[in-house]
Amino acid sequence: MQPNSQQLSLLKSLLFCLALLPLGRLAFAAYQDDFGPNPVEFIQRWTGTWTINFLMLTLCITPLRGITQWHWLTRLRRMLGLFTFFYATLHFLSFIGFDHDFAVDAIARDVLKRPFVTVGFAAFVLMLPLALTSNAYAIRKMGGRRWQELHRNIYLISILGVLHYFWLVKATALIWPIAYAIGLSILLGWRINERRRKAIPVAKPSTAKPLRFFKQKPD
Amino acid sequence: MPATRIYPSEITPESLYQKRRQLILGGAAFALAGSAIAASNSPQRGEKIPNILTSFTPPADKITAYDSVTTYGNFYEFGPDKDSPGKNAGKLRTRPWSISIEGEVKTPKTFALEEVLKWTALEERVYRLRCVEGWSAVVPWVGFPFRELLKHVELTGNAKYVEFWSLADPDQMPYVRLPLLDWPYVEALRLDEAMHPLTLLSVGMYGEVMPKQNGAPIRLVVPWKYGFKSAKSLVKIRFVEKQPKTAWMKAGPNEYGFYSNVNPDVAHPRWSQSTERRLGEFLKRPTLPFNGYAEQVASLYAGMDLRKNF
Repeated sequence: MQPNSQQLSLLKSLLFCLALLPLGRLAFAAYQDDFGPNPVEFIQRWTGTWTINFLMLTLCITPLRGITQWHWLTRLRRMLGLFTFFYATLHFLSFIGFDHDFAVDAIARDVLKRPFVTVGFAAFVLMLPLALTSNAYAIRKMGGRRWQELHRNIYLISILGVLHYFWLVKATALIWPIAYAIGLSILLGWRINERRRKAIPVAKPSTAKPLRFFKQKPD
Repeated sequence: MPATRIYPSEITPESLYQKRRQLILGGAAFALAGSAIAASNSPQRGEKIPNILTSFTPPADKITAYDSVTTYGNFYEFGPDKDSPGKNAGKLRTRPWSISIEGEVKTPKTFALEEVLKWTALEERVYRLRCVEGWSAVVPWVGFPFRELLKHVELTGNAKYVEFWSLADPDQMPYVRLPLLDWPYVEALRLDEAMHPLTLLSVGMYGEVMPKQNGAPIRLVVPWKYGFKSAKSLVKIRFVEKQPKTAWMKAGPNEYGFYSNVNPDVAHPRWSQSTERRLGEFLKRPTLPFNGYAEQVASLYAGMDLRKNF
């Protein structure tokens, strides 16, 4: 399957509209003036959930491409990554705004005091350079290799994101973070496996002598 | 023509329906309230309770929307999420219902709910409710002071504390099968706290019979303490000599203390208690010492270190 450029841009527009649906849900709640009994909790959970959903979708692209050999899938990855950042930003804004009234000292105290906030904050900060370099100019400027190295931070971000989720739910609701952790292990596990598979095998030199660590053989 | 057909002329105009409460006058109505409360099993808005005294001065705060209070809350017997009680409490059978009075009393007794409702007039008490998790509400409860009970049982000299036992029936409360807490849910107060005129046994809210998810048919309301102290769906009240271990003290001894008075200066180990968010509101507001009831209750704790006795 190889879509032509017209089909691909149609696919991208479609994906863009779909990715806006979670935002649409919030807009609808605002229009209805009904965010439920605890509006801020609803907004924070909603934006948090969709951040991690888009993060997982972004991480799905490479394995999916590897399995299907549909190389054009990579062309959708940037948009998914930027939507991850978009929902993360909404999540972050609702945290600093609704929880702390944008008071820097209160935000700093919270980030330092509560581990799940520390981890979530770290993940967001790590996302910033990725979002800023998600354009052709940055790739040219940085060079492909350095750009790719920087963007490997997504693996760390995804681990921090799932940890953030684990740490904030109460024991009775652990099923969801566990589900995301399993999903993430599959996605990252696939990459580790690929790397191992593709690694160039180093031939064992038959002439080399084994290193002698001990003068005498230990008993 | 089906027999059940209702003619437009038979429909009570809404304005009249709303005024029903004012229309019902006379002492006999109280007994009626009793039967209404005992008979309620409707999942919709509860039956109106007639003849509620309204002499209690409500706080200036805006009363929280009925839908918020009935769809958001903690009642772990019906599930661990905020919306679980509203979804699952329908199974609760609130009739027949009785409460046993046990422990340090001269003669243990069991009262049918209908009997309890005849003790005294029901009154409306608009109280602030502050959950230990950081959200709050303003609820117009309907009930009577707990100390009315003491006119009907005689305590021994050893009664120093009061335990409040919630129902724990796995057939009606599905989550009692899971070890979320040490069932049954038991809360407790010091005797003088229980005897305080603000401490309420509540059988309704918003002028109506208590919704199941809010602790029907009868629950405790202690407005200056975190919400979990106000045990729901009470089946047993037990007077004891020693300070009891309550359900949440057993679940997290360093997080939940026996007193659990609302205190903005004593943080929960995992979050601050200095602010709270009213249901339906976006921004937080400062939490008041003793939830705004310091003037009435602070003297109960004179000389006590409230950091240690959290």
